[in-house]
Amino acid sequence: MRDIQQFISKTVSDAVIEQKQKFTVTVAPEQAYSLIKALHDNEELPFDYLISLTGMDWEDKLGVIYLLSSSGDLSKEIVVITATEDRDNPLLYSVTDIYETAHLNEREAYAMFGIRFINNPDMRRFLLSDDWKGFPLRKDYDGNPGLNPITIVNKEIVDIAPRIMEDAKGNLIESTVKVFEDDDYIVNIGPQHPSTHGVMHFRTALNGEIVKKIDVKSGYIHRGIEKLCESLTYPQILHFTDRLDYLSANINRHALCMCVEKAVGIEVPPRAEYIRVIMDELNRISSHLLAFAAHCNDLGATTAFIYGMREREHILDIFDKTCGGRLIINQDVIGGVMFDIYTDFQKDVKAFIPYMRDKLKEYDDFFSHNPIVLRRMIGVGNLSFTDAVSYGVTGPAGRGSGWSCDVRKYKPYSLYDRIEFKEVIRTEGDSYARYLNRLDEIEVSLQIIEQLIDNIPEGNIVGTVKPVLRLPEGQYFQSVETGKGEFGVFIESKGDKHPYRVKFRSPSLSAVSVMPLICKNELLSDFIGIGGSMDYVIPDIDR
Amino acid sequence: MNYKQPLELNGLLLQLDLFLRGNLPPFWASLIEGLLILIAVLAAYAVIALILIYAERKVTAFFQARLGPNRVGKYGFIQSIADMIKILIKEIIHINRVDRFLFYAAPFFVICASVMAFGAIPFGQGLQAVDFNIGIVYVLAVSSLGIIGVLLAGWSSNNKYSMIGAMRSGAQFISYELSAAFALMTIVVMTGTMQLSEIVENQRYAWNIFNGHIPAIVAFVIYLISGHAETNRAPFDLPEAEGELTAGYHTEYSGMQFGFYYLAEYLNMFIIAAIATTVFLGGWMPIQIKGMDAFNQIMWYIPSYVWFIGKTAVLVFISLWVRWSFPRLRIDLLLNLEWKYLLPINLVNILIMVLIVLAGWTLTDLFPILFGN
Amino acid sequence: MDVKDIKIKGLPAEEFKDNDTLQSYIDQLRAGGTPLVLGKLDEVVNWGRSNSLWPLAFATSCCGIEFMAAAAAHYDLARFGMEVTRNSPRQADLMVVAGTIVNKMAPLLRRVYDQMAEPKYVVAMGACAISGGPFVNSYHVVSGVDKIIPVDVYVPGCPPRPESLFYGLLQLQRKVKVENFFEQRHIVRPYNPETLTDPDTGETIDPGTGG
Repeated sequence: MRDIQQFISKTVSDAVIEQKQKFTVTVAPEQAYSLIKALHDNEELPFDYLISLTGMDWEDKLGVIYLLSSSGDLSKEIVVITATEDRDNPLLYSVTDIYETAHLNEREAYAMFGIRFINNPDMRRFLLSDDWKGFPLRKDYDGNPGLNPITIVNKEIVDIAPRIMEDAKGNLIESTVKVFEDDDYIVNIGPQHPSTHGVMHFRTALNGEIVKKIDVKSGYIHRGIEKLCESLTYPQILHFTDRLDYLSANINRHALCMCVEKAVGIEVPPRAEYIRVIMDELNRISSHLLAFAAHCNDLGATTAFIYGMREREHILDIFDKTCGGRLIINQDVIGGVMFDIYTDFQKDVKAFIPYMRDKLKEYDDFFSHNPIVLRRMIGVGNLSFTDAVSYGVTGPAGRGSGWSCDVRKYKPYSLYDRIEFKEVIRTEGDSYARYLNRLDEIEVSLQIIEQLIDNIPEGNIVGTVKPVLRLPEGQYFQSVETGKGEFGVFIESKGDKHPYRVKFRSPSLSAVSVMPLICKNELLSDFIGIGGSMDYVIPDIDR
Repeated sequence: MNYKQPLELNGLLLQLDLFLRGNLPPFWASLIEGLLILIAVLAAYAVIALILIYAERKVTAFFQARLGPNRVGKYGFIQSIADMIKILIKEIIHINRVDRFLFYAAPFFVICASVMAFGAIPFGQGLQAVDFNIGIVYVLAVSSLGIIGVLLAGWSSNNKYSMIGAMRSGAQFISYELSAAFALMTIVVMTGTMQLSEIVENQRYAWNIFNGHIPAIVAFVIYLISGHAETNRAPFDLPEAEGELTAGYHTEYSGMQFGFYYLAEYLNMFIIAAIATTVFLGGWMPIQIKGMDAFNQIMWYIPSYVWFIGKTAVLVFISLWVRWSFPRLRIDLLLNLEWKYLLPINLVNILIMVLIVLAGWTLTDLFPILFGN
Repeated sequence: MDVKDIKIKGLPAEEFKDNDTLQSYIDQLRAGGTPLVLGKLDEVVNWGRSNSLWPLAFATSCCGIEFMAAAAAHYDLARFGMEVTRNSPRQADLMVVAGTIVNKMAPLLRRVYDQMAEPKYVVAMGACAISGGPFVNSYHVVSGVDKIIPVDVYVPGCPPRPESLFYGLLQLQRKVKVENFFEQRHIVRPYNPETLTDPDTGETIDPGTGG
């Protein structure tokens, strides 16, 4: 990282470089763009993957924290911080032209903090409706429900986007742009639609059956979790992570637990680590099974859907016996796990492994080689490697485009540095690659479980944890690999028992943001199918 | 050769006819008979639809490792009746900004087309409401009327999903109608008649599918595929495409209007299977082997309508099997399948059939001792 | 009519909780007595309606997955004749609100509800739909769908297990069975609209009686 340090000093001379939990660079707002651009274009180690873009309110300043990484080596990370003191009209430069994934994230930062980004082509609010009064994540937000009352009146959707652009001379010009052309045939797919995997709203312009343009609208399940977290203690926040991506509930929770444990320095007993990882992998299998099921359902194969759900129930039974929960299992707590495994746990898991292998073969026979399936998946929804990186599409979908992006490999946490497993990578980048990746990852997860299940050490299941947890002042990051991709937790603490700011990096947001690109010029039916192959969970996006 | 047929209904019907004509002037007798037939057809229509809906739900459950309805009656047998009562009393929503006349007319097109086709099916010996000498053409003609209902529904609903569904349906139906018609024509070439009753009679010892061997089997398979497509059921359910278009062309219909579409969907499945049975599989004719009178007599003890329903049920089951095994086709794949594969194959097939008939290579011509009527 | 007379196959009346409430509904509805013929017709119609509740899954989050699990192989919603999930609200009898409803979704939920054909029912599935659940303090969450639409049955849990959903649906069947369809007498459903305002004019909206 020394080279990078020199490189940064060379590019931006007055950057403040610190080695905190991560390598952190603080720059003035005018220089942030050129620094990030230089980091991105740097040939030795291009920082071409924007993991997360976090809006911040430090009371005296409003700013953004960029977490950058390299697609070639995810373990290299840089934090870039920039902030402006103007609270009435905060303006920062957009990085949308460098990282496509920044687009929706910047729109979210606008909705939550009121920060507008110069040169972002479409500066509508993401998540909140256009007429929302106030910026909820600002510390001085007026939470009076009278300001934003609940209504049952439907409003016309206005497809006009404001933006603020800088011209060649450096003048800022505010203008508006039409999202659709006047004579477009626009179909609303969602928010209440059987195949949007939740309450996503795709405004789709069709040309006959061909998708011409998609406008992603979200926020129909925006529950303000990040704001709620700011007034709760750390153990209380845990249950929110489960309800983000509820299909990878336990893995999300694992991320937050680790983030807090690392910050406070809590030792997790080995037995708890084993239980956590086994549970994570079972959770991953159930997530992939549901993804398989939902994808098949989107293609119109109801029976395959039911088959996926049937196998999933076996995992849920194991969860059920361990801790009483099915979907959301509240198993991980800070310092360990809440429940010890039951007597026959190993027996049940070992019985499940061959059963699942058998069923994987059945899926292969029944569905994977069906001629209709092949024609509807191969070559459909092509996502190139560059786009996958630019949009930050990780997980099985990113690995379907040839991007080796498994967090378990690059930033091994818990037991993953001691386990042998193969990263499933395909280079085709189409729906079929993503589909097969998920089925193969089920097999990989089974292998991981096989390595662990007989070696669970004896001992405590919870380490020593103080009754009141206070995180030392600082910024803490933790990433994990969920069923959908890289899930990240960011906590900024001021030394209180409440976090100052919590941000969750959602893998599904990237998956949705890339939909307009990969669905363009595909048929309407394929749009639904591609949605299934991307496997996003909407509450994870909306938070 | 006359066999004993204790359970046949035609004797009973004959007596009813004689009774009516003996006691009433001919006009009134015909009128009453007409009414009775109408009631019988409508009743059969409703009953078969209810049974099919129940059967589909149970068979689906079987394929999907579930139980299916089992709370109403023994094994949930009267589940469909509960559904029927529900749907009869459900509110019919009057929607603003629709084309009123077309919107309300559309379901009737669909249901009428399906009832008219239903009437022409020979259910058993003497159990046929209308027996035209151009029966096959009639069935093809009236069953294509249904598409008007679907198109009108999509057009008049003022709903984009319905519109897309209806347009898909139009393209699909018109394409597959061609294949279905050509497949049936292949058999007409062989039998030399379009009258359904005669077609059944001709298959006494050799079903058409065997009689015409290779081209007949090809025609049978094509007919099943295109017939399945005409009923708008998976993998050809693009007009409804639940995952894409919520409910397709009938998105805006509620209550009994929706009920009509629902009924017609199931009945069309039955009609396709019934036509396939009649034209290819010997219709209501029991299995008979020339010269084995004892065996034939045993077969005749089973009444003809049971044979008919049995054969049809097998085809319906195949249709369900296909429906629940395949994912949905995409519109371009669907049209490719028809225009690039089924139609050319069909055209060649019809030529082959002509050659076979001219050359006398059908089974009845080759082995008259075994199969000749 | 007594609670004990409402038959649900496989689950005797004593095993249901909250029979008193149902009995009080019955007493209310039968207060003026029922005509014999209409009463019998009602029974037939109610039998049909209660056994053919086609759901519309208004699934927004986790509870939606449990609804799917309830419809899939292991639990099988089809046993009650409820597997015919209709995606078009026009054809559905029952809306299962599964998940959190937020401010942005509230008008849409109401719209879908208004699009349903009578007789229609609503099941609030999960803590969020009942009260806002763990997110009740948020700036963007509706604290219970009964602020927007009338609710027939509340199914608690976070998310409720499929068994709880079934129990809730069976309770709904019992409620349907006591209604007087022909006299249009319904059970008054919990519906606590707070003042709903038009965002543009600031005027109060009449939320309607909700059936």
